[in-house]
Amino acid sequence: MKRVLVFLLPLVGFALLIGFLAVGLKRDPREIPSPFIGKPAPAFTLTQLQDQNKTFSPKDMLGKVWLLNVWASWCVSCREEHPVLLDFAKQNVVPIMGLNYKDGRKEGVDTLSQMGDPYQLSAFDADGRVGIDYGVYGVPETFVIDKQGVIRDKIIGVITPEIVTQKLLPLIKELNRA
Amino acid sequence: MIPELGNFSVMLALCMALAQSILPITGSFTRNSRWMALARPAAAGQFVFVSFAFGCLIYAFVVNDFSVASVASNSNSTLPLYYRVAATWGGHEGSLLLWILMLAVWTFAVSLFSRQLPDETIARVLGVMGLISIGFLCFLLFTSNPFDRLLPAAADGQDLNPLLQDFGMIVHPPMLYMGYVGFSVAFSFAIAALLGGQLDSAWARWSRPWTLVAWMFLTLGIFMGSFWAYYELGWGGWWFWDAVENASFMPWLVGTALIHSLAVTEKRGSFKNWTVLLAIIAFSLSLLGTFLVRSGVLTSVHAFATDPRRGLYILIFLAIVIGGSLSLYAWRAPKVGLGGKFSLFSRESTLLVNNVLLLTAAATVFLGTLYPLFLDALNLGKISVGPPYFETVFVPLMLPVLLLIAVGPFVRWKSAPFADVAKRLRWIALATLIFAVIAWMSFAPSAMVVMGVAFCAWILLATASHVLERLRHAPAGTSLWRRIRSQPRSYWGMIVAHAGVGIFVLGVTMVKGTETSNDVNMRVGDTTSVGEYVFRFNDLQQVSGPNYTAMRGTFEVTHNGSKVATMTPEKRVFTVQRMPMTDAAIDRGFARDLYISLGEPAENGSWVVRVQHKPFVSWIWGGCIIIAFGGFLAASDRRYRLKARKRAQDVASAVAINAPA
Repeated sequence: MKRVLVFLLPLVGFALLIGFLAVGLKRDPREIPSPFIGKPAPAFTLTQLQDQNKTFSPKDMLGKVWLLNVWASWCVSCREEHPVLLDFAKQNVVPIMGLNYKDGRKEGVDTLSQMGDPYQLSAFDADGRVGIDYGVYGVPETFVIDKQGVIRDKIIGVITPEIVTQKLLPLIKELNRA
Repeated sequence: MIPELGNFSVMLALCMALAQSILPITGSFTRNSRWMALARPAAAGQFVFVSFAFGCLIYAFVVNDFSVASVASNSNSTLPLYYRVAATWGGHEGSLLLWILMLAVWTFAVSLFSRQLPDETIARVLGVMGLISIGFLCFLLFTSNPFDRLLPAAADGQDLNPLLQDFGMIVHPPMLYMGYVGFSVAFSFAIAALLGGQLDSAWARWSRPWTLVAWMFLTLGIFMGSFWAYYELGWGGWWFWDAVENASFMPWLVGTALIHSLAVTEKRGSFKNWTVLLAIIAFSLSLLGTFLVRSGVLTSVHAFATDPRRGLYILIFLAIVIGGSLSLYAWRAPKVGLGGKFSLFSRESTLLVNNVLLLTAAATVFLGTLYPLFLDALNLGKISVGPPYFETVFVPLMLPVLLLIAVGPFVRWKSAPFADVAKRLRWIALATLIFAVIAWMSFAPSAMVVMGVAFCAWILLATASHVLERLRHAPAGTSLWRRIRSQPRSYWGMIVAHAGVGIFVLGVTMVKGTETSNDVNMRVGDTTSVGEYVFRFNDLQQVSGPNYTAMRGTFEVTHNGSKVATMTPEKRVFTVQRMPMTDAAIDRGFARDLYISLGEPAENGSWVVRVQHKPFVSWIWGGCIIIAFGGFLAASDRRYRLKARKRAQDVASAVAINAPA
């Protein structure tokens, strides 16, 4: 009898897998309810990616609506997102700040000089501490932060032109009016 | 009109698939030989109808019929002809039809080259393949019909994604699908054997060449994808542990375990249950890959546009196919005997260790790929798993495999004296050590390079020494060619594939450990250098291609003052999707690649340029091709061909005897 049970193991394992896949189907891997929405953006002070003598802190941005985009040179999806960000930055509607996450300084700088730089500046978060404070799960992620320094929205995954026009632009307009 | 014919042809193919599966399988149990005999003609019919449908779809792409939705969303009238043909499999619907076409090709091939099989077996094998085909044809017809019309017709198409406008798009998907779908043959043989309760060495011998050919295609397909990413994405990487890459890599790992396990089952009758399970897993992972790419449960650069209805359909299909076959396995496998005994140190035991390691490696890749999904389903949050995880867990698992590759062939079946094997390998171990020391002295900082050189030397030297030992045993005066011919091709297949792994390992570690790059702002006339190579930016011109405009830089490369190459990287902007693309220039060489990509133009008229020196990249590609060639050699072994020919002769003579005088 014991011998027979062993042969049932693959089937049991597969049944579990199917269960997970079925739940997975109902989820959108790009959408995450963030506990940070509506809370003040966690404070930090980091050196800037391109210039380690300068620092950046979210309080520098008080009074402005701005985006914090988490990116890394090793992140394949960021490369997909990059042209969209470049385009968006050209429209000059909102300052985009980068958070260069768990990356090397050289790799980060190289990537930006290679692909173009949509960011006013990038904060350099080599060990990912700030990423943890912001609850970063995957890269890329983008936070929308209002004039009072409160996180208003968070976009997980690649920003597409549709997200820019349908989600970001209306939200930024509304926040700017407030 | 033509698309409707294609659509109709798919429906007829579905009818054929129904006839090919239900009647022959039922017939195989009720001993109805007429029903069983239906399998072959139905497989031929299905092949004809699916090919015709595929031809119709290609036609729609070639003549720019933008009233067909899949053409309008994946092609454009300015696209060159060969890319319009390749655009046929550029979207979800068309690539699914390609999947089905590959299945029809494999089924038809099995029906042709299976004269030596008993009627029940072939009826069941083709029947199972027919069942798989039914699932996919229904999926195509009900959720993703490539022939769906778009009314009113689009004025022009949305174009093929510029990243896909490349020679790689013409070769990579068909190769990969040939491999994926090819595992359906091993799977069907396994299911047929479980249905009939006959798991013997004959079953393993029939499955082996098919599995080898599928594995060879999968190897080439993955290689093509990687090769393509290397030159097309413009930043010089070649493997990213992306979810979809992993989806093709998992069946490859299990398939590699399977071809080794099949060898044991054929030669010694052992590992039967294990081999059957591997055959089921290999194909299940191929199906799972299809699910992952098309359902949207994971994010990936490769993923097709998603639709939850499609995801649900494939999930149910997966549950039926894989769940069904694993249930059958749980029911039948306990009754299968264990086969020949073997001692702790023997060819069997080394192959068993190889199998366990490969399967564990596949499991770690599986875990890393699906971990984000598991956590999300359990409401534990969302994460992404990247290259650091895979490199940390995958590489250590591969090290003992690399060690064993060299040892395995020296170990005899059943039982081998350890001391003897150690004695035969001691000089090789010493030579390996010397190579490692030399590597250590020339590339001191990189432990990875030292390991890579050592493993490459270990595998190549041991493999070469095994060949020498084999060839020495022949009467004096035998010519070298005769000595080579005296060994079976399956032996040469093994030797070649193993040597390929050694070459591959050297390429991977040398590139990772010693590549150098330089990102600089350059104006025309500037020079920069990387390694001992000097790059001079000679010229910048605007050029236009059929569907893009580009800035083309001309670089002259010199090494110690003498000219090596002229390289012309481009920055292209594709006119339809307004998408910029970096077209890197690569100067390939035996021991190094030079790689230039143009970045963004800066304000002062200079360009960001990345120049890279990548040693031994060609060895990665060479290794892959050699590995695949090993698979081809093994599949073309004489004994598979002999059996087929002998049977054909028997049939011919039987016919001659029965013919009226």
